[in-house]
Order: sequence, then C-alpha cells, then structure tokens
Amino acid sequence: MSSPYGLLAQFSSAEQLLQAALRTRSESPHLPIEAFSPFPIRGLDEALGAARSPIPVLMGLGGLLAGVGTFLLEGYSAVMSYPINVGGRPLGSWPAFVPPAVEMAVLGAVLFGVVAMLTGNGLPRLHHPLFGVPEFERASADGFFLLLRSSAEEDIEATRTFLQTLSPVAICEVPS
Amino acid sequence: MSASLPSEGIEHAPTYAAVTQAICDIPLRRRFGQGWRAGFAVALLLALLLMFGIGWLLVRGVGIWGLNIPVAWAFAIADYVWWIAIGMGGTFISAALLLVRQEWRSSLNRYAETMTVFAVSVSGLFPILHLGRPWFFYWLFPYPDIMNVWPQWRSSLEWDFFAILAYLIVSILYWYIGMIPDFASLRDRAASRTRARVYGFLALGWRGEARHWQRFEKLSLILAGLAVPLVFSVHSMVALDFSEGLVPGWHSTIFPPFFVAGALFSGFAMVLALGIPMRRYLRLEAFITSRHLENMAKMMLATGLVVDYSYCSEIFTAFYSMDRYELAMTLNRMGGAYAWVFWGTILCNVLQIQLLWLARIRRSPAVLFIISVGVLIGMWLERFMLIVTSLYRDYVPSSWGMFYPTVWDIAFLAGSVGLFFVLFLTFVRVGPVISMFELRRAVCSPAEAAQREPQPS
Repeated sequence: MSSPYGLLAQFSSAEQLLQAALRTRSESPHLPIEAFSPFPIRGLDEALGAARSPIPVLMGLGGLLAGVGTFLLEGYSAVMSYPINVGGRPLGSWPAFVPPAVEMAVLGAVLFGVVAMLTGNGLPRLHHPLFGVPEFERASADGFFLLLRSSAEEDIEATRTFLQTLSPVAICEVPS
Repeated sequence: MSASLPSEGIEHAPTYAAVTQAICDIPLRRRFGQGWRAGFAVALLLALLLMFGIGWLLVRGVGIWGLNIPVAWAFAIADYVWWIAIGMGGTFISAALLLVRQEWRSSLNRYAETMTVFAVSVSGLFPILHLGRPWFFYWLFPYPDIMNVWPQWRSSLEWDFFAILAYLIVSILYWYIGMIPDFASLRDRAASRTRARVYGFLALGWRGEARHWQRFEKLSLILAGLAVPLVFSVHSMVALDFSEGLVPGWHSTIFPPFFVAGALFSGFAMVLALGIPMRRYLRLEAFITSRHLENMAKMMLATGLVVDYSYCSEIFTAFYSMDRYELAMTLNRMGGAYAWVFWGTILCNVLQIQLLWLARIRRSPAVLFIISVGVLIGMWLERFMLIVTSLYRDYVPSSWGMFYPTVWDIAFLAGSVGLFFVLFLTFVRVGPVISMFELRRAVCSPAEAAQREPQPS
C-alpha cells in the first residue's frame, strides 16, 4: 500500500480551526499545513504563514499595460498610420484618447487579477486527493478542516497523535 | 447604517448547513412548477420574436423600424440605454455596498450581478443591430486591416464601444468569480453524477483553502473597487453619445451625471421588481427580508430625487440661458406632440416615487413592486423623450418630422424583455441565487461562533 496523501482533522467551528492552525504552526513550523473552510476566516491565512498576495501589484501592472498600450495605439493610428485632416484640427488630440484607454486599463487590470488569482491558487484543478474523502464535502457547507501532509509512512502515527491533541471532531486519512 | 451586526438582515440566525442547504436545494432538489414554466414559456416566445425580428432586420435593414430623417435614433437606442442602465444598478449594489461593508448586501448581490450580466448582454445587441450593416460591427475594433483604416478615436460612439466591451467582460468575470465557491457547494451536494460534474467543472476544483480564500478576497475587493468607477465611466460615455451631438436638449454637460443617476435609479427599480416575486416564489423571505426591500426602496428614492433634480436643472438651464432653441425644445417637450411622454415620465419618475417617503409603503412588497415597475416604465419613457423630442424638431423647421414606431420597434422592445427573462429564469433554475459563502460568513460573527459550538447537524 502506498503512503497516504496526508491526514485531515475536522473541526466544528472557525474559531477552533484558527486555534488549531496557530498551535500547529507554533509547535512544528516546518510542517506544510493547509486549512479549509466554507468561508474566508479572518487571520487564518496569517496563522498559516501565507505570504502577501502579489495580486494588487499584478492588477496594477495589467491596468498600466493595457491603458498605456491602448493610448499608444490610438496615438499611432490617429497621427502616423491614418491621419485625417479635419479642418486643420490637431492630429494628436490626446484628451480624446483617454476614455478608451481608461476602459481598457480597467479591463486589463481585471483580466490580470483573475488570471493571477486562478494560477496562484493552482486552479482549475478538477481533481484533488481531498475529493476522495467523503467527509470533505462538508468543507463547502459547515466543515472546518486542517490538512497535514505526510512525507513518510512512519510519520503518520506521530502526526495522528499530534492532531489528537488538538481535539478535533474527527481525523481521516486522505488516500493519495 | 454603521455598527450593523454581520448577521443583521437575516432572520432567525440559521446554521451554516441550513443556509447552504436552503440555497442549494433550489437548483438541486426543488420542483419548478407551473408558475416557472408559464413565465419561461412567455419569455421564450418573446425571445423567439426577437430572433425572428433580428433575422428580418438583417434581410431588410433598419428601415423595418420607424426610423427616418430627422429621427434616426429612437426605440433601439432608447432600449439600449435603458438596458445598460439597469445593469449599472446591479453592479453598483454589489460593489459599492461591499466597499462600504454593508453586510446585508450578501442576500442581494448575486441576483443583482446576474441581472447586470444579462441586462448588459441584451443591451449590447441594440447598438450593433442599429449599425445598418451589423455584420461589420467589428470595424469598431482597432485592428490592422487590409483597408488601412482605423476607428475615429474622437467619437464618443467609439468610446462607447470600448466602454461596453470592458463593462460586459468585467461584469461577467465579477459575477463568475464570485460564484466559484458556490459552485463548489453545489458540486458537493449534487445527487446525480452529471450534475456534480457540471458544477464541478464550473467550480474549477475550488476547495476553500485559506490561501485560496486570501487571494479570492483580495481579488474581489479590488474588482469591486474597479467596478464602481467603471459604472460611472461607462454610463457617462453613454451620455456623451448625446452630449457630443449639437441638437438642443442633447448638447449639455449635465448629461453624464444625470445619466448615471438615472442608471442607478432604474437598476434599483429592477432589483426590486425581480427580487419581490423571486423571494416569494422561492420562499427566500428569510434571506431577502423586508429590511432589504426597505433599504432598496430608500436607495431608489435617493437616486430618484437626484434624477428629479436633473429634470429641474435642465428646465431651469433652458430658461436661464434664454437660448431660443433650448427654450423652444423645453416648451415643446411639455406641450408638443410627445407631451404625453414627458408627463408620463414625470408621473413615474417624480410623482409616484414620493410615496416612498412613507415607511408603510416601503414595507409593503406589493406596492413596492408596482412602484418599481412604474419607475422602469418611466425610465424607458425618459430615454425616449430625450432622444426623440430633441431630434424631431431641431434648428430648421423645414427638417422637422414625426417619429411613429412600427410593429417591429415594439417587437424588439418586448423581445428584449423576453430574452432577459429567458436568461434570468434559467439562472434561477440552475444557479445559486444567493451567495452562499457570504451568507455563511454573515451567519458567523466571531463572538457568536464561540458560543454556538459544538454544532450538531
């Protein structure tokens, strides 16, 4: 039998999960832990030592690229590629180029943000070992879970003993 | 409205499981009976009428509408502005209330966003169909074509194309991203394998990991922050389509803010007009409570008053300017051939909404429903008035002329309503009508969570 993917401890409230995550992290900071909840819990990502998300920076970058790009395209087409003389009015009438550039900046920021969120989360990923655990379906309703990955078979029992000290509702093995 | 408890607005503090079950049961287990089917059938017939009309338009051209010179813009443009305005209200409710942390919005934002996506989709059809040669609509897009021509960047019609494009894509993404955790809830509760697969595919494998939530929340917040200015800019550009024109009544700087206020006004009206029957039919009274309706009514009244102020300001400006064309246009609006449109607008958008000052009215869903449908009608009439009464009598009397709608004008308007309801009723049947993960969070206030455990389910 191959070694399991990890051990999953179930808790009954957001508060308990947060406490369990904090304790696990303080007692064994080297362990890769993941926590699952049916809604975002304030402070849980910090308790797990999650890094700051680069999403705002990426969105800013996307907005800048799309906005400046659109503006330059407008300038190029109106001044260089296709200049139309309308009663001697200036060709590079930049204030008129701002509105489309603004709209495209918003669109660019949003597209970058969505792609950054999905790739950062490793989604789409339609299958995952956790979906093999029947209890895990409660993670999308009222279940709060802590996952400890097991690196080797002998670690399993030690991990299980540790998880029991957190007094979870249940502990299940996640098949790999 | 500060210091509101997170769970405020939701009655008898339900549990996470109960909330999830109640919303999941609608697409997964509920039997949709005669009422839904009858509504869907009517909507489908109207939508088919629209499809038939579009086919006929492609064969015969825009002449099947009552358009002619001088009134070359009429129903189709009024329909377009009306629908995109309705969409604005949905985005604003969802995004602005998120930014100011009005937690009660959790019950409303999903169906308001849904309304936005479908309303904007429907609205986008009209300017394209109005082009005359709709199959060339992609010429609006800047691409290096073999004719070596580029779009005219100084035209607000071109800006409008970018505005609609950005707004449509952003509102679809905003809507879909917010639904990913709810699709996961549906996936985990679906009884049949096919459904679990479809919802699972839509959920993209969402598991609710803490770091995932962190990125998700960050994205949602910034999306909301971008959506609010987007609403204002998009509808301002819709208004600039008119402001850039030189006819009396259009060429005015008040148009952008005036149009934005009108957009939010009609959007709130549509949220009420959809929400009141929906909550009754789906038994969602515990989630969409009378407090939600009352708040929406207050917001509708507030934006309505801004619209009314704009009407006064327009009339005042005409008289204050002493410009004979502006004056003639204003007096002609009130007493000319289309006076009934003006007075209908005043009745719907100015007079009847004053009833909303009374708390008793705001708490009566039936009356609220009637008022909001009235506002929707009034806002359509207002667009028709703004467009047609400016065009049919411009500076030179020799170029005056009436506009009379044809049966196709009316068919396209009715058909667009049908298409919207086909989409909306389908969503109600298969999608999560209320954002479940936000409800779950609203149910859980930190202090409460500690007391309520352990939670037997």
